[in-house]
Order: sequence, then C-alpha cells, then structure tokens
Amino acid sequence: MVIALHRVAHGRTGDKGDRSNISVIAYRPELFEVIVAQVTEARVAELFAHRKPQAVKRYLLPKLGAMNFVLDGVLDGGVNGSLNLDTHGKTLAFLLLELPVEIPTTLESFVPEEKK
Amino acid sequence: MTLHIGCAAGFSGDRTDAAGPVVETLIARGGPAFLLFETLAERTLALAQLARRANPEGGYEPLLDELLAPILAKCIANEIRIVSNFGAANPRGAAQRIRALAKELGVREPRVAVVSGDDLSGATHRTLLRESIGAALDTVEVVSANAYLGAEAIAAALAGGAEIVVCGRVADPSLAVGPAMAHFGWQPDDWDRLGRATMAGHLLECGSQVTGGYFADPGFKDVPDLHDVGFPVATVQEDGRCEIGKADATGGMVTLATVKEQLLYEVHDPAAYLTPDVTADIAQAEVRETGRDRVALDGVRGHARPDKLKVNVCHEGGWLAEGEISYAGPNAEARARLAGDVLRQRLPKLEVRIDLIGVTSVFGDDAGRRLARTPHGHATEVRLRVAAKHPDRTMADRLAREVTALYTCGPAGGGGVRTALRPRLDTLSGFVPREAVPARWHKVGAW
Repeated sequence: MVIALHRVAHGRTGDKGDRSNISVIAYRPELFEVIVAQVTEARVAELFAHRKPQAVKRYLLPKLGAMNFVLDGVLDGGVNGSLNLDTHGKTLAFLLLELPVEIPTTLESFVPEEKK
Repeated sequence: MTLHIGCAAGFSGDRTDAAGPVVETLIARGGPAFLLFETLAERTLALAQLARRANPEGGYEPLLDELLAPILAKCIANEIRIVSNFGAANPRGAAQRIRALAKELGVREPRVAVVSGDDLSGATHRTLLRESIGAALDTVEVVSANAYLGAEAIAAALAGGAEIVVCGRVADPSLAVGPAMAHFGWQPDDWDRLGRATMAGHLLECGSQVTGGYFADPGFKDVPDLHDVGFPVATVQEDGRCEIGKADATGGMVTLATVKEQLLYEVHDPAAYLTPDVTADIAQAEVRETGRDRVALDGVRGHARPDKLKVNVCHEGGWLAEGEISYAGPNAEARARLAGDVLRQRLPKLEVRIDLIGVTSVFGDDAGRRLARTPHGHATEVRLRVAAKHPDRTMADRLAREVTALYTCGPAGGGGVRTALRPRLDTLSGFVPREAVPARWHKVGAW
C-alpha cells in the first residue's frame, strides 16, 4: 500500500541560519529499511524544489531507526531574513512527512493504526 | 556520586511556572543538583542589547524575577545551584537584580558569579570582528556581537564556590557541561566525557521538548496532560552517560520517541555536533527505556573541540511590513487571490510575499513558487497575508497602507485587516580564535 510517511515515521525540524535540519524517525524498526530505501536525498530535494535547496544531505542513524536531513539554503535567509510567517521553518517536518511511501504487503502489519 | 540536573526554561518566553516541580523533584531525589534556565535564542541577545542601550541597568532576561522568585529560597536552602544564560547583554545587571531579589524575599544572599568575554560589540573588538566577518561588516550598523563561550568558565565559577552562575552567550549544552565538569573534576580534554555531557545538555536545553512538548500529534503521538507538561531532569554519571527523566507529578512523558526527536534536533552531522567544548558524536548512540518516563542514552563519543569559536553579529536590517485580511464564504479563495494581485500591482517597487492562509502559506517560499503551482481551488475561508522588507521605513509602510485600503478598494467582502511595521535585525556569522576571546568569571558582591 502507498501511504504518507507520516503514518510510519515522526520527525522534528530545527534550524541554524539558512539551513534546515529535519529528522525522520521510524515508529517501528521493521519499517526502517523501507523508509531508508524510499526517503532518499533525491526525493526530498524534489519535495523541497520550490525552496531551491543548494544541497540535501541525509545522515543515517540505524541504531535509532532514524535519519537526519540537512537542507542548505531553504529558509529564504533564515529566522532574520525570511518573510515567511514561520521564519524558522519549524513546520517543515510535516511537509517531509507528506512524502508517499510504498509499504510491501509483508510489512503492512507493522504500520501503526491511528488511535481514535 | 551521580549528579541531577534539571532544566526549567528552553527559550526566552518559555513558561515561568515550570521550575517549581523541577526543584521539588531535585529535592526529593537528593544529592548534588543543578537547575538550568536556557533563555537566549539568536535574536534574543540583539533585543537585549537594544534594551541595554535604552536602560544601562537592563538588557538581561526581562522575566528574570518571574523565573526565579518562586524557587530562589528553596534552591538556596537545599543547595541547588543555578546556571543560566539569562544575563543576555548584561550578566552583571542580572546578578545585581538576583542579589536584590534575595533581599526582597528575605533569604540569605546567594554567592552569585558572572561569566564574561562573550560580548564583542565594543570598539576594542572591531578589528577582530572585521577579520572574522569580512567586508560585509563595513556596511552594517552592529547591534550585538557575541562569541559562543563554552563550559570552562562556568565550571571554574562553580569550583570557586558560586551558587548562581549568570552567563550571556554560551553554547546551550555548556550550561550542563559546566556543572558536570565542576562536580566530577573532568579535564577540558576528556573528550568522551565532555561529548556525553554535551548530549545530556542538548537533551535538557530545550526544556519540555524532550518530555512531550513539541511532540504531540493526536492519534499518532499522544501525550498525557500536555497542558501540564513537566520539564526534564537528567541524572549524569561520572563517565558522562545520562538518563533523562522529568519532574514528578506533572504531565508529558519521556519515551524513546521523545528522546530521539530531541537528540537529533538541530545537530546536522550526527558524527560532528560542534560546541566550544567538544565535537560530540552520536552516530552510534542508542536509547533504552529504564523505567516509566526514564530513558538512558548510551554510545555517545567525543572528539577534540574546534579551534575557533562561533561569533554571531546582529545588525539593523531595515523594516518589515506585514498585512492580513480575511475572505470567507462562496468564492472566497478567488477574492483573496485577486486581493493579492491588486497589492502586487500597487507595489511594484516591493518584493511582496503572498500567503493564502488556509490554502498554502508556511510551506511556501518567499518568491511564491509553491503558491504559483497550487491550483486555484474553492477554499471558503482564506486569510490573505502579505509581507515585504525595505531599508526605508516609508517604503515598507506603503504595504501596510495598501492592505488597509483593500477595505474599500479591494475585492468584495474583505474583513479583519491587521497590519504591523517593525524594525528588522539581520545576522552575520564568523569564527574567531578562542585565545582572542578569553572567558572569565567574576564574583558579584562580597563573598
């Protein structure tokens, strides 16, 4: 099934100057490999294309089931320069979490249910 | 003996009632304990420098009294020492205020120390700054210039007997590394221990961001009693490893997930998290639950610290104008889009950012590339928000006036205009040799 990354991972945005730092953390270790295979630097760069990243770098932290994306030049100058309401780009983790990922049938049982 | 470190503020503007439960918890756990307040973001210091210009006694954290008054007596009585960067642009002023506050509260005067050396805004440092920043410095009006100091002066002040250490700009994790260095007697090149304590400080420095704050996502990441989220308390071992917990009898939670989110927050390269004290390395870090609301951090390493210290220069950056107006009901989105077009045509000399709140806004870019590719839809409640910056106040103000004029000259049914015009601050960054900005500590008062 194809679902939003948000269903299988969580994350948080931080910033320094014009650089955004977005973590992506798998809810279940069983799904980490699938996420690593699909949430690539190239796809993240494409998702953020309107913000003209100078570089997108991904760091893997397998012992945490996590990865860390560092996007250079995506904050229109950052907290002091940007005209954005969200000058820090704090909301951007949830843009990344919109990315569609395909979960193989064999792993679908590891996708957490939304709690009502 | 282990050390308990609590953190009761993660930024200037954080809750001022967070410290009470943290202090109660530190008392209940017993043993040596420290309380941190981290209240200094990048631009906070520039604002503090402006405040000090207006009032030479001011320029420190404006909420200092509200942060300290509820817990100062208990901290003094229970030997809980306090370390903070709430000195901002005037650590000495903050220290004097703390002494006066103790007197007003009728408690023994605490031994207060200040850390100095970070403020490079004076004329004597101009050459150093010019070498660090380059020609860009020549064209700007400097408001503040500060080096990020490390933990050594904090540790020295504590070893010298200080009960409250007031800093200006220090690296946030150093607020925790200083107490650990002083308590365990670590050397300043004990990289693994400093690296571990730095990550303990990193987990603490944003307050409740490690205990369930900034985490909740209903249905996916639920947090109990978020309205009463407790602030963190770390237990640090002699080898620098730490366990993160939180204040007793509060809401929030400490789980593997909350700790992972904060561990990676703003670290960029996980193998090289740079601070003035150490190059911390979490590439092989692991987290494990050791109890309810308790998570241990293992596998952190440290490498030699950077040779240079980071410097931030804040300078005047002209004016920022913003305006908003709402459209609702049938065809609202089309009317909001038309209002945006009107503003662009009325203000050809300004680069106007346009947001359609309710359609697309914060995910977008200043140039409007995301908005341009967002198909026209039928949103029935849209708030148009525009913003522009300009060196000249009058030019910036034209945006605010044009938004107001939309009442009668714009599309039908616009309401709720709000406008704002305020001075901007910009930042330049560089690095200076650490020998050029020696950090020192001083006693304030007679002790």
